[in-house]
Amino acid sequence: MPQIAQLAETYSSQVFWLLIIFGLVFLVIGRGMVPKVMDTVAMRDSQIAEDLAAAQAARDLAEQQEEAWRKRENQNRADAHALISAAKAEAAVQAEQKLAAAQKRLDETLVGAEQRIAAARAEAAAEVESIAADAAQDIARRLAGIDVARPNAEAAVKKVLAHG
Amino acid sequence: MFAMLGTRRQVAAEAKVDPMHQFTIEPMFGSEAWELAGYNIAFTNSALWMAISAVALWVFVAGGMKRQLVPGRWQMAVESFTGFIDGMLEANVGKAGRKYVPYIFSLFMFILFANVLGLLPLGLVGVHPFTFTSHFTVTGVLAILSFSIVLIVGFWKHGIHFFSLFVPHGTPWPMIPIIFPIELISFMVRPFSLGLRLFVAMMAGHVLLEVLSSFVIDGWNAGIGFGLLVGLPSFVLMVGICALEILVAGIQAYVFALLTSLYINDAENLH
Repeated sequence: MPQIAQLAETYSSQVFWLLIIFGLVFLVIGRGMVPKVMDTVAMRDSQIAEDLAAAQAARDLAEQQEEAWRKRENQNRADAHALISAAKAEAAVQAEQKLAAAQKRLDETLVGAEQRIAAARAEAAAEVESIAADAAQDIARRLAGIDVARPNAEAAVKKVLAHG
Repeated sequence: MFAMLGTRRQVAAEAKVDPMHQFTIEPMFGSEAWELAGYNIAFTNSALWMAISAVALWVFVAGGMKRQLVPGRWQMAVESFTGFIDGMLEANVGKAGRKYVPYIFSLFMFILFANVLGLLPLGLVGVHPFTFTSHFTVTGVLAILSFSIVLIVGFWKHGIHFFSLFVPHGTPWPMIPIIFPIELISFMVRPFSLGLRLFVAMMAGHVLLEVLSSFVIDGWNAGIGFGLLVGLPSFVLMVGICALEILVAGIQAYVFALLTSLYINDAENLH
């Protein structure tokens, strides 16, 4: 077993060269190069984290803006709705007013016409009465030779007219 | 170890396969006489493979340093390794674990590259791969390094209070004199278990492959009958065990790093 057989003659060179070479590995590679490699990794990680954060912020902003837009849009829609319904209501009121005015005018015309008709009817009735009274006087004079006084004739006609 | 296959095949007739020969340390480039303060510091094949692992690791990590925002495949691979270590420390130690990423990453990747490079079938092209993590001088030093960090951090952060690590919460006070030495011993054993686990796992796998390869060679040398009866099944088994060894190479590196981070957690957060 050379590890033991050669121990006395080789241990010093083994230890010496190991310390020199492992020392160099530690100083040059371990202390010199590894931290740089790890820095690169850390840099990349932080870059990725930053990019993700920026993307998240951008998305949040977009969502906020969309939310604001949606609010504005809803407001606008509601405003438009209110405007339309107000206009509708106004139009309805106006139409109603116009209708009422027209109705009133019609009613007035109707009432006037009815009054006129009633007056004409009364006049005609009065005329019929006076003609009937005249006729009654005339008939009485011719048939019976009696002069009936005008008021009596009128009263008799009225009585007959009233009884139908 | 595949190198053995190649060299043995030529000399199979006279020499037996020595499964331990692959762990032999040989000075290279005529450096066997190098000394520092009286200690031999020859540049061996072991040191060469440490250097190769380090350079391969440097190339791998350097390829992932393009620092692109959208990573390519290579950068992705490197980042997944650093992320893996970072996640492991985060899970085991917490936020305070961050500062240990350079050490744990170096440890894990260095061991992983050593294990995997040691498994490369370079013997087919006549080069000898050497797995330096199969030497307890190496794994021991790494374990002692990790253990020292635990001790230094523990005493630095908690001072003498660090000894409360050896008295678990809710221990009845009459039990403390018994529990304390048990916990202390289990704590002191940690560097040994840490270093030995890696060394044993790597060595066992390589020895097993070498032994099986000797079955293949000796079986076929003994004739077609033995070749079919012993050599062929051994070869099939070798293929499977090679796959297992790749798994073990990763798992042992992971276990070493994971246990180190668990021990650091003890030092950082006590219990």
